[in-house]
Amino acid sequence: MTLGRKFLLAASALFSAPLLLAQSLRMNLPAQVAAGSALSVPTSGSGQGTLTIVGPGQAIRRQVRLGSPASVPAGVLYNAGEYVAMLSSGSDSQIGLFEVTPAPQPSTLSFLAEPSRLPVDLQDGISGTVYVFDVYHNLIVSPMPVSFDLTASSGPSQTRTVTTRYGVGWTRMNSAPREGSAQFVARAAGISSTRVVDEVPGDPCNLSMTATPVGGKAKLQTAPVRDCSGNPVPDGTVVTFTATWNGGQSTVDVPLKRDIAQVEMPVHPGATISVASGVVAGNEIHWSGR
Amino acid sequence: MIRRLLVFACALALPLGLRADQALVQVEPPNLQGSRPLEPLTASSVVRDYLQSWTAFRAALNQNQPRLLSQDFVGTALTKLSHTIAEQNKLGLHTRYVDRSHHLQIVFYSPDGLSIQLVDHVVYDEQVIEGATVLATQPVHTRYLVVLTPSQTRWQVRFFQATTE
Repeated sequence: MTLGRKFLLAASALFSAPLLLAQSLRMNLPAQVAAGSALSVPTSGSGQGTLTIVGPGQAIRRQVRLGSPASVPAGVLYNAGEYVAMLSSGSDSQIGLFEVTPAPQPSTLSFLAEPSRLPVDLQDGISGTVYVFDVYHNLIVSPMPVSFDLTASSGPSQTRTVTTRYGVGWTRMNSAPREGSAQFVARAAGISSTRVVDEVPGDPCNLSMTATPVGGKAKLQTAPVRDCSGNPVPDGTVVTFTATWNGGQSTVDVPLKRDIAQVEMPVHPGATISVASGVVAGNEIHWSGR
Repeated sequence: MIRRLLVFACALALPLGLRADQALVQVEPPNLQGSRPLEPLTASSVVRDYLQSWTAFRAALNQNQPRLLSQDFVGTALTKLSHTIAEQNKLGLHTRYVDRSHHLQIVFYSPDGLSIQLVDHVVYDEQVIEGATVLATQPVHTRYLVVLTPSQTRWQVRFFQATTE
């Protein structure tokens, strides 16, 4: 070995010694750890140190025997997100960054079904939205199949399967042709959540009435009022009878009772009687008084 | 103070008075995949309210004051951030977040109109402080998934989670 090379080696050793001391504090952070899992961070150095982990999701601190792995027990670090980790001892420290990822297994479905009540036979009338969470309420971002089943009290059920995107899956369903309560179920990886959707009759369809004279009045009576799918319209739905004659008008609102509405009202001979419920108009009768 | 800079990558019109402090903001056109049409006014309100939430986030985590979160955060996001503040307090720490840039895109608007999700590719510096001593300053490049829900007057952050790019 030449004299010059020996000198360089000696100089290198001299100047690098403090650097080696300063760098003796080391940790080997994993890039990722699953939420709720134990975290083990190999460290180098000697003596006592402190591991501090801080992010928007959590802030924790653990005492560490340097040279041994710093450990965070299972269940302590559970909020998904980006974390800064600092290993420090005296004036020395090392800083790193790692991510806590959501636990892979779903635990909760946040399932919103809208609306909770709607008319029968409505195309795409029901929507379901599901957010998939792990046991720590972290959004599970990896794509995952979610199935939606809508089972009405009568008729076939509807099923759709979608794949979540950014942790959310959604669908639209048709309401059944028959009234009743429907079970709307969302499922993902063995977890399910159920909502009840009331499917009620729609607007009256083919509203019609008859008029008969009773003691100088007109007895007006509707045929059984049904929606366009044949479901009886609920009792209490208001039906309006209107008599119109030259310069005058008379109106009576009658709630449906056992599917029909009836009333006796004075009507001028020559008047026109009409019937309506909501925006649905029925037939007209020209009243002669007999 | 660094001059605020706002870049529009689409036709979304962000009100100029409501920009993220000191951060470059870029907004991509929504990518909704058919969930529900999004009116431009709704989109700009969501972006505006989300960026405002960062102001509250920064202040609350720096001052360890959870009450500063209550106008902008609800539900899980509020619970988790408040919990972090409690932990910081216990350890005698506080954190200073300085967001440098946001690259935003709305990716979901629920069919019922009751939740909206956006992705934010964000760059920020996280400074961990104990007393008056800065323990660490770390630049962070990450992607936030954010779910906002409407309240009476604004969109509030219900879910706020950094995930792998």
